Amino acid sequence: MVVFGQFLEVLIGGLLAGVLYSLVALGFVLIFKASGVFNFAQGAMVLLAGLALVRSLDFMVARGIPTWAAIVLALMFAAVVMAITAALIQKFVLGPLVNQDGLSLFMATIGITFVIEGAGQMIFGSDVYPLRLFPTDAWFILGGIFDGGLLVSKIDVWGGLIAGALVAVLAIFFQRTKTGRALRAVADDHAAAESVGIPITWIWFVVWLVAGLVALTAATVWGTKLGVQFSIVFLALKALPVLIIGGFTSVPGAIVGGLIVGAGEKIAEVYLGQLIGGGIEYWFAYVLALAVLLVRPQGLFGERIIERI
Amino acid sequence: MKADVQERPEVAGVAHAGSDRVIGDVVLSVENVSLAFGGVKAISDVSFDIRKGEIRAIIGPNGAGKTSMLNVINGFYHPNQGTITFKGRKRSVMRPYIAASQGISRTFQNLALFKGMSTLDNIMAGRALKMRRGLLWQALHWGPALSEEIKHREAVEKIIDFLEIQHIRKAPVGKLPYGLQKRVELGRALAMEPELLLLDEPMAGMNLEEKKDMSRYILTVNDQLGTTVALIEHDMGVVMDISDRVVVLEYGRKIADGTPDEVQRDQRVIDAYLGISH
Repeated sequence: MVVFGQFLEVLIGGLLAGVLYSLVALGFVLIFKASGVFNFAQGAMVLLAGLALVRSLDFMVARGIPTWAAIVLALMFAAVVMAITAALIQKFVLGPLVNQDGLSLFMATIGITFVIEGAGQMIFGSDVYPLRLFPTDAWFILGGIFDGGLLVSKIDVWGGLIAGALVAVLAIFFQRTKTGRALRAVADDHAAAESVGIPITWIWFVVWLVAGLVALTAATVWGTKLGVQFSIVFLALKALPVLIIGGFTSVPGAIVGGLIVGAGEKIAEVYLGQLIGGGIEYWFAYVLALAVLLVRPQGLFGERIIERI
Repeated sequence: MKADVQERPEVAGVAHAGSDRVIGDVVLSVENVSLAFGGVKAISDVSFDIRKGEIRAIIGPNGAGKTSMLNVINGFYHPNQGTITFKGRKRSVMRPYIAASQGISRTFQNLALFKGMSTLDNIMAGRALKMRRGLLWQALHWGPALSEEIKHREAVEKIIDFLEIQHIRKAPVGKLPYGLQKRVELGRALAMEPELLLLDEPMAGMNLEEKKDMSRYILTVNDQLGTTVALIEHDMGVVMDISDRVVVLEYGRKIADGTPDEVQRDQRVIDAYLGISH
């Protein structure tokens, strides 16, 4: 029973940690679906959103504004920052690149990454800023069945709830609204979308805005867990294996991929780690992604790629 | 109309027989348009007009600037010189989505469909400009947005019936055979209820049967809805049968303009197509 209890604890912890990867992966999927661009800057956007949030929050709290009001205002401020970022990216980077090759757009997002990282830290500072939006202690559950109970961190549970809500909202937005249909249309073919009267510049702004808001959501959870700091950009790279496993074009894929990576690396660390030495957590996701690439290159949920010759 | 077509073996069977079409005033006029890409002159000083309700063909050998001309009309390319007047409004620079909102829709030479989406969604996308309800209503799928969605869905179903593509309604278009994809693309253009429909080689790569069907669709749209059509096509049989007037381009210049009979007899056109012996 102790063995099973430990396994359950590792599994739950892993799944919940995986949700955090999913949150970032979602941002990638959104932009990829809607503009065919692999947005390398998604991690930097999480950092920017986090910095805007935590710095404005601290600023207001220090001036005696009640905490709840400060949180609401800070979230709004960060959302506005992400909207401005989206508008600038659309205007100065993507606008001139309409109808260009996907690779050119990808390279452009690498450039965007450095600009956002630099500008964000220049404006908001480059220290580690602790964020306290969610409780960070833990619950011990099922104490009656397992000796001492299972440890479940509250912040991870919050992350899971938020991710679930986010996915529901996004699914409705994409599948049921005119704008959602227009987004999918633009992703498939820029020229055709323009020819049926879809204003492509507006749509791209919407996409980057939504990705920015997803980044902000991820930042609230990640920032609380780790503090808002530069290394968030690198953690965001964990979204890559998540995307490869789940499929670049699938919102459910991003979620399931995140869960697999999160649970997989924790279980591997605890159980395989004993056999071949620790530190598995850091590379396990990439090996898993490689295996998926060999068997199913489009990912578990991705659209099959059919190329007519 | 369908039965009528099937009795006759050749494409010629679908010409405007006994219809009471009215050709109206000039709806679009192209004046002295020139377009160059760097040093390459794609179009040089071309002028012609399109009258309301007619089928206007643009023909010419490969590289004559036909597709460039369509791209200028719907705003993908901006001419270096010259103006386009559509419904009395003169302009030289235009954005495609504005052209769409003014009533110009088009299909593409090399299919530009939303491959990951179903036939239904592709054609629904053509209604993008016609849907007005706010995001929130649509998301809730309730109230005015629901009745609006139903209304547009009915319009789309009519188009699907008309083009005889009911059986592929839910299929992702990327997996359909070429001829059907061409039909879906026409459906998407029709969903915009255009005043001017631009067709870039609607029958390229089709067999005789598919060409007959496509000709029939174009003629029916033109007859029944009064939609003005401008098309580029290489099949001379089709062009001469269905079009009212033909403009001929060669190396970016206009070399002839007139009824199919006039154009066919024009010595410069014959030279352009057959070559001149020196």
